[in-house]
Amino acid sequence: MTWKHFFTSSIGRKFIMGFTGIFLILFLIIHAGINSCIFLNDHGVTFNKMAHFMSHNWIMRFLEIGLFAGLIAHIIQGLSLTFQNKKARPVEYYFNQPSKNSKWYSRSMGILGTLLLLFLVMHLSHFYVDTKVALYSGDKPHDLFDEMKEVFSIKWVVILYLVGVVSLFWHLYHGFQSAFQTLGINHKRYTPLIKTIGTVYALIICILFALMPVAIHLQWIN
Amino acid sequence: MEHYNMNLTLKVWRQKNNQSKGKFETYPVNNISSEMSFLEMIDVLNEKLIEEGNEPIAFDHDCREGICGMCSMFINGQAHGPWQQNTTCQLHMRAFKDGDTIVVEPWRSAAFPVVKDLVVDRSSFDRIIQAGGYISVNTGNAVDANAIPIDKKDADDAFMAAACIGCGACVATCKNGSAMLFVGAKVSQLALLPQGAPEKESRVLNMIAQMDKEGFGNCTNTYACEAECPKGISVSNIARLNAEYLKAGLTTEEK
Ligand code: SF4
Ligand code: FES
Repeated sequence: MTWKHFFTSSIGRKFIMGFTGIFLILFLIIHAGINSCIFLNDHGVTFNKMAHFMSHNWIMRFLEIGLFAGLIAHIIQGLSLTFQNKKARPVEYYFNQPSKNSKWYSRSMGILGTLLLLFLVMHLSHFYVDTKVALYSGDKPHDLFDEMKEVFSIKWVVILYLVGVVSLFWHLYHGFQSAFQTLGINHKRYTPLIKTIGTVYALIICILFALMPVAIHLQWIN
Repeated sequence: MEHYNMNLTLKVWRQKNNQSKGKFETYPVNNISSEMSFLEMIDVLNEKLIEEGNEPIAFDHDCREGICGMCSMFINGQAHGPWQQNTTCQLHMRAFKDGDTIVVEPWRSAAFPVVKDLVVDRSSFDRIIQAGGYISVNTGNAVDANAIPIDKKDADDAFMAAACIGCGACVATCKNGSAMLFVGAKVSQLALLPQGAPEKESRVLNMIAQMDKEGFGNCTNTYACEAECPKGISVSNIARLNAEYLKAGLTTEEK
């Protein structure tokens, strides 16, 4: 068993999905946590301080590389698995009732993931690109909170963000417990616990993320 | 339950051989007893087809008592039809009402090519078993069954995994055409027992390598397989398969 052999096998590739998935789940906690500083309603002072730390601290910058590597691996592996899985059934059933045996969101990880990818392109172009440009041109400190207010002042952007968050919810709702199964953990006592934690996690993260554009758009905070 | 007779319309997939295209044919079937099994209903139809000088519908079957796993049919959008933990031969016509239309298709999977009509070639499963689904023992006197103590829970879990009849309903149902429930069961039934322990590593590595070669898809944990498995094989066997593979794959020194 070479490394290549391991990572190109079906379970090796699932392992990549599960492992990077858990890594991204952890990242979202930090992301949602820091962004929640806007709810302090202090004109974004705390939030901007945190954002400044994240973009200037070298440990964070280093972790950022890992984040992108994990994200890209998750995306590429996910897309390629989805295409390969399609090929495993070249002729579709004429009459199929998948709802009798599984949940729609568990069957829709590819589609949900694609929606998230599209969302991510928009999201990065809104916030990430400008932050980096400001970092390297470096004349004046970048006011990320200001930028949030500007972006979320547009109604259709807020709606697109909400669509993104809803996709994220279902993706996480299935993905959280699925990752543990993939890593080989299925236990009479722990699996129900993992499922509950996953549900609570997905709810909290998504409610927080949904509140951000809404709260700014409706000027609950400024 | 009260006995009744029914008239049905059957929409069946007909395909001459692996090369031909295949299409649905519609047949009326009359006077079917609610106490017949689904296969008996097809027998009735086939006798009629033969009498009329037509080609009967080819389908797999053997034991007709739910233990061999041959009777592969996708009935009204579900593997083995509407009943839970049930094979086609054990599906009774009382599951249907007078006037129903029933759609019958073969398993659809790249790894299970259609041989004819409803018959598919499941030898990919055999090749997975050949790759490692066995234990190597020297012949000689039979060892006393209770000579090796086995934890009750392990024995029970192994027994439950061993209930898999290799029918392929898991593959047929899975949206990814994944065979992981089948392979999970076959790896588990041996990995859990001391007799299977010495070949644990090579077994799981070889069986997965063969599974990948056969063109099955990759599991995304929809758990549709467990819901449709006639023997109620649990997806915890897939988790065990994953764990066994990760352990072996990440630690083995063999190239
Ligand atoms: S795991 Fe269940 S559905 Fe799959 S082959 Fe075995 S008995 Fe059939
Ligand atoms: S014919 Fe043997 S299980 Fe149905």
